[in-house]
Amino acid sequence: MEVQSTVKQACAKFGNDRGRMMDILWEVQKKLGCVNDEAMEIVAAQVKSTRVEIEGIVTFYSFFSREQKGKIVIRICDDIIDRHAGSELIAETFSRELGIAVGQISPDKSFSLELTPCIGMSDQGPAALVNETVMTNLTVQSASEAARQLKKTMDPSTLVVKTGDGNNGHKLVKSMVNNNIRLKGDVLLSDGISASAGLKNALKTAPADVIREITESGLRGRGGAGFPTGEKLRLAAQTKADKRYVICNADEGEPGTFKDRVLLTERADLVFEGMTVAAYAIGSDSGILYLRAEYAYLLPFLEDTLENRRKTGLLGKNILGKSGFDFDVRIQMGAGAYICGEESALISSCEGLRGEPKNRPPFPVEKGYLSKPTAVNNVETLCCVARILDRGSAWFSGIGTKASKGTKLLSVCGDCEKPGIYEVPFGIEISEVLRMAGALDAAIVQVGGAGGVMIGRGSFDKKICFSDLATGGSIMVFGPDRNVLGIVDYFLEFFADESCGYCTPCRVGVVFLRERIQQIMRGFAENADLDYLRDLSKTIKATSRCGLGSSAPNCVLNSLEQFPLVYSSHLKEHKDGINSSFDIQKALDESRRIAKRKSMIYDPVYGEVTDGE
Amino acid sequence: MANEIVTFKIDGVEVRGTKGQTIMEAADAAGIHIPRLCDVEGLDPQGSCRVCTVKVNGRTAASCTQPVADGMTVENDTTEIRNYRRDLVRMLYHEGNHLCPCCEASGRCELQELGYEFGILQPDKYPYLQPNRPVDASHPDILLDTNRCIRCGRCIRASRQVDHKNVFGYVGRGIHKQVGVNGTDMAHTNAAVGDKAIAIGTCPVGCIIQKRIGFFAPIGSRRFDSKPGGKQ
Repeated sequence: MEVQSTVKQACAKFGNDRGRMMDILWEVQKKLGCVNDEAMEIVAAQVKSTRVEIEGIVTFYSFFSREQKGKIVIRICDDIIDRHAGSELIAETFSRELGIAVGQISPDKSFSLELTPCIGMSDQGPAALVNETVMTNLTVQSASEAARQLKKTMDPSTLVVKTGDGNNGHKLVKSMVNNNIRLKGDVLLSDGISASAGLKNALKTAPADVIREITESGLRGRGGAGFPTGEKLRLAAQTKADKRYVICNADEGEPGTFKDRVLLTERADLVFEGMTVAAYAIGSDSGILYLRAEYAYLLPFLEDTLENRRKTGLLGKNILGKSGFDFDVRIQMGAGAYICGEESALISSCEGLRGEPKNRPPFPVEKGYLSKPTAVNNVETLCCVARILDRGSAWFSGIGTKASKGTKLLSVCGDCEKPGIYEVPFGIEISEVLRMAGALDAAIVQVGGAGGVMIGRGSFDKKICFSDLATGGSIMVFGPDRNVLGIVDYFLEFFADESCGYCTPCRVGVVFLRERIQQIMRGFAENADLDYLRDLSKTIKATSRCGLGSSAPNCVLNSLEQFPLVYSSHLKEHKDGINSSFDIQKALDESRRIAKRKSMIYDPVYGEVTDGE
Repeated sequence: MANEIVTFKIDGVEVRGTKGQTIMEAADAAGIHIPRLCDVEGLDPQGSCRVCTVKVNGRTAASCTQPVADGMTVENDTTEIRNYRRDLVRMLYHEGNHLCPCCEASGRCELQELGYEFGILQPDKYPYLQPNRPVDASHPDILLDTNRCIRCGRCIRASRQVDHKNVFGYVGRGIHKQVGVNGTDMAHTNAAVGDKAIAIGTCPVGCIIQKRIGFFAPIGSRRFDSKPGGKQ
């Protein structure tokens, strides 16, 4: 009965609204430690849905679970950068101290230990999430101490002894996370930025003038795709509708990216100001900030920021005295799905559905959230919008290059002395970024995250801009000792885990790519396998339904082009007419097991197979 | 606005469609063959199998969801597109367990038919994932073998859009995405043999099987025995 009343209360809290499914499931998960079959039945009945539909949502998001989780869930960041920083040792340490393996729950239901993809702390890894509390710069010692402390207190907040810089020390954040701002540019990170000047200027003019100002500034989306922001707002504004929405995409899941984390911490007001300006421009009265679950530690602070803005007339009815201009924002928590960073998948998630991209056309600007015109913009883009309205389009377009205006926040991490945030003007060379970050022996640089571009030393003169190296901000640096194929394998593992599974090429093809990369790494591959990888990559890129699938093979194609010798050193040529991609020992293992004896031809000692062999 | 005529080209042949149609609908009306798996007449298009991929003005798109536009150039039966489609059909073969000789759907299976169309007659380059999911035989009249499922979602949409029952739904994600049922098993759903979702021809493969009518059509008179899908 307790489950019954808990779940019913959770549903009632959100008006038994099917569209608020993410919030309902979060509430249930927090209260029960899972969303089990019984809970799914009750939710389905309360919101007039079906059990299988609820099951589909629960099993889509990795932070929801059908099985019981411990009171404290420890999620070790399993990003490639964190792995290189020693995350495996940290996982082992927690595992030893808590007496449970990764993926297990302790017998007394106190602890669960898991691995999770990039949590946005690559500049201070190895990192982990303990429920919502972030732990950074973990060492074997600090991890052991944390585990012991947790066993004693059962309270993750006691792990934060020293808070990080800036607003990380704010009473509503109290996190050990550091901003690591290494270079402040003029647009976003310089000091003394007003939290209302842009909005005030915007309200002095007509919505169409605001869109014109943004268009003239040359601002393009900062999430990676680079769609012209003014054009996006214009399209959303011109679609006839009784309601429009502004959504801020704060689902920063790209491996190695953490710039939105810093903006949300240090420029929260600017983010909401940008949303308000966009709302005014397109005629919207409702906004959503979609916050990734990994950044839940920022939620109380962001809610407080919103509340302050309401109190000071920057949100709510008749904003800044502008009669008829109403706008407010709600924060939607994600639940661990990289694909929700794709704008139409993000809209699906806001609607309480599986986070799968929608068919396009229609595009979100025509038919988005709840089928209304919706402008989805990245956190950084919206900050730029507010700044452009403050300082003017001419000021903004005076920075950067001819086709790429303004500055870009780069999240630099990996094998470098100064990982952190660099606000640079567009057009900067990779070599200059590496110099600033103290990465003088960099051998491989991955620009733009898992689906981005992998370059070697010969290409470090490439520039950060939309026409050369476009990036959402992730710059991962790898030193000369790192294994290229290991990095490629990691990215493919990431994509296979994060694929929504909707379309065939991404769901199946990426698994096949990874299988062959691993075969190459084991030394069971030949030249023909490289053609196989190229052909398969081509099909996946051409036929995938969204950007996740079409960019997943990039790491394979880039590494084949940039590091051909790494591949060829792993290849074997034909011997005795046997196809070298055929692993005879692996194939024999199964037969040995069934026959309970070794092979007369392939085993040096013929005889019975003993147990455990 | 209604019935506004749109003229475009598929492989150089002029095709007339109406505004609001998809490329596939216009091609079907014009008698031009575009192979498909997840799309079937009577259900909303989903665009998930990608077998109907074409090139529209040089960019790939799923023809079952892409609307027609005046003056567009569509590439359909080209070597490049055929290669993509062949790869996709192969992927689906290798993702599941498709042992045609002993499958009840043999001869009426749309995946098998596409295998013939694209000359996939033997095991090839891709690895086999060999799923090992339990067969759900709990229902008195229906058997569900999801090891043969190709995630086309036709049963899901038929149940939702035609039967108004929601017997099926997608669960899981990535390679673990599969068709789940609205209950602990098929016996605990309100599925019935008369449903569109269960009807012969809704499931393009041998995942949803009606009991007691196994191999109902003898070889020679099965759906595709005399009418290969690609060569109507």
